[in-house]
Amino acid sequence: MAVRLKTPLSEADVLGLKAGDVVYLSGTIYTARDSAHRKILGLAGRGELPFELDGAVVYHCGPVVRKTGSGYEIVSAGPTTSARMNRYLGGILGLGVRGIIGKGGMSGEPFKGRAVYFAFTGGAGSLAAKSVKRVVDVLWMEELGIPEAVWVLEVEDFPLLVAIDAHGNSLYL
Amino acid sequence: MLVDAIVEAIRLAVTRIPDDVVLALKEAYAGEEGEVARFNLENILKAVEIGRDGSIPVCQDTGTLTFFVRAGVESPYLRGLEGAIFEATRRATEEIPLRPNAVDVMTGKNSGDNTGRFVPVVHWELAEGSEIEIAVLPKGGGSENCSALAMLTPSEGWEGVRRFVLERVRKCGGKPCPPVVLGIGVGGGADQALLLAKKALLRKGEERHPDERIAEIEKEILEEVNALGIGPMGMGGRTTALDVKIEVAHRHPASFPVGLVVQCWASRRAFVEIKPDGRVEVWQ
Repeated sequence: MAVRLKTPLSEADVLGLKAGDVVYLSGTIYTARDSAHRKILGLAGRGELPFELDGAVVYHCGPVVRKTGSGYEIVSAGPTTSARMNRYLGGILGLGVRGIIGKGGMSGEPFKGRAVYFAFTGGAGSLAAKSVKRVVDVLWMEELGIPEAVWVLEVEDFPLLVAIDAHGNSLYL
Repeated sequence: MLVDAIVEAIRLAVTRIPDDVVLALKEAYAGEEGEVARFNLENILKAVEIGRDGSIPVCQDTGTLTFFVRAGVESPYLRGLEGAIFEATRRATEEIPLRPNAVDVMTGKNSGDNTGRFVPVVHWELAEGSEIEIAVLPKGGGSENCSALAMLTPSEGWEGVRRFVLERVRKCGGKPCPPVVLGIGVGGGADQALLLAKKALLRKGEERHPDERIAEIEKEILEEVNALGIGPMGMGGRTTALDVKIEVAHRHPASFPVGLVVQCWASRRAFVEIKPDGRVEVWQ
């Protein structure tokens, strides 16, 4: 099955998806890797997170960017290995995140009943960048550096595969 | 001019996947029937094309730049060569651009230009003659995290090599971005086994080990790895590895070291040759 979805995702959106479905995702997504997860969870714990993650989609990605006159352009932006973020998974989904995009898969249990894991093809960064329409914002760039910063991206019809659904099914062996 | 040539080689490496690798990926696509495996291989082939046509880094992880220099001791261009490699790395980061991937181990601070303590990585080898060859190998983190060393006993021998490699690849599943290329170094000490394994990744697809017995083991391990069924991106399929390359060194009588360097499907490389008269050639 192939469906078009727009962020923020609702509970019904994610419960309606099955492992193997193709989703064309549009809207706003947040990149986050190891350091960003630590920072997000730390700030959220103190009630100081500067953005809302309810219904959000988090992308495990550290992009190649080019500085333009007024901001940044995304050059290449494929997924990074999600398993590194397993230790933060419960925490991040606890903030209301409904979808995670990455590669290589994650622990399936925390997704049950509330969220899905979308796979995009690792290494296909030049293709993924075609779905990124613009950089909405970047957070903690000075502190974390380009790969680890949180890039807020507007995407259009980002082609993703539901690899772990909310019902305990996974495409990973 | 030397710096320009090295920047060009880095650009070639990160934006254009070598022809032999693309051929192997196309064969993999033709051999897969599963929808999911085809989804991933189709994306891979599209990304390769976008990278090539637009001179865009195919993968956002442009890696740790690793250089293997074979330096002719008579070359008049040896002086300042390491400086040129560092300068080219900084310029390539800005111009191509590359993702800055050099992080201080104590502070976690990214240097911003892919240079730092012992980075980029430069391996030197002196040779007779007056030519210099520089190989550029951008190495991504996801696949490198699956690399490993096993200090086997001589009684485990080649059977042990096979078991170690299969177990490691199975355990890593989709993490290193399969279909992977495996570099295996056997013999030497711990350091040499891993170095040989990484260097093996510079060999072209059709290039088998000149020792037929070793070439045979390369083919056997490739078949066994593909029989694991991990498939493209770890979601099942016939292609888990595109190729296996083995290099060997004599070993200590008590040791049987095996270095395994796992390379993602984007098996990137490029070369620069500096001729005795200063002309440079860049190729893949």
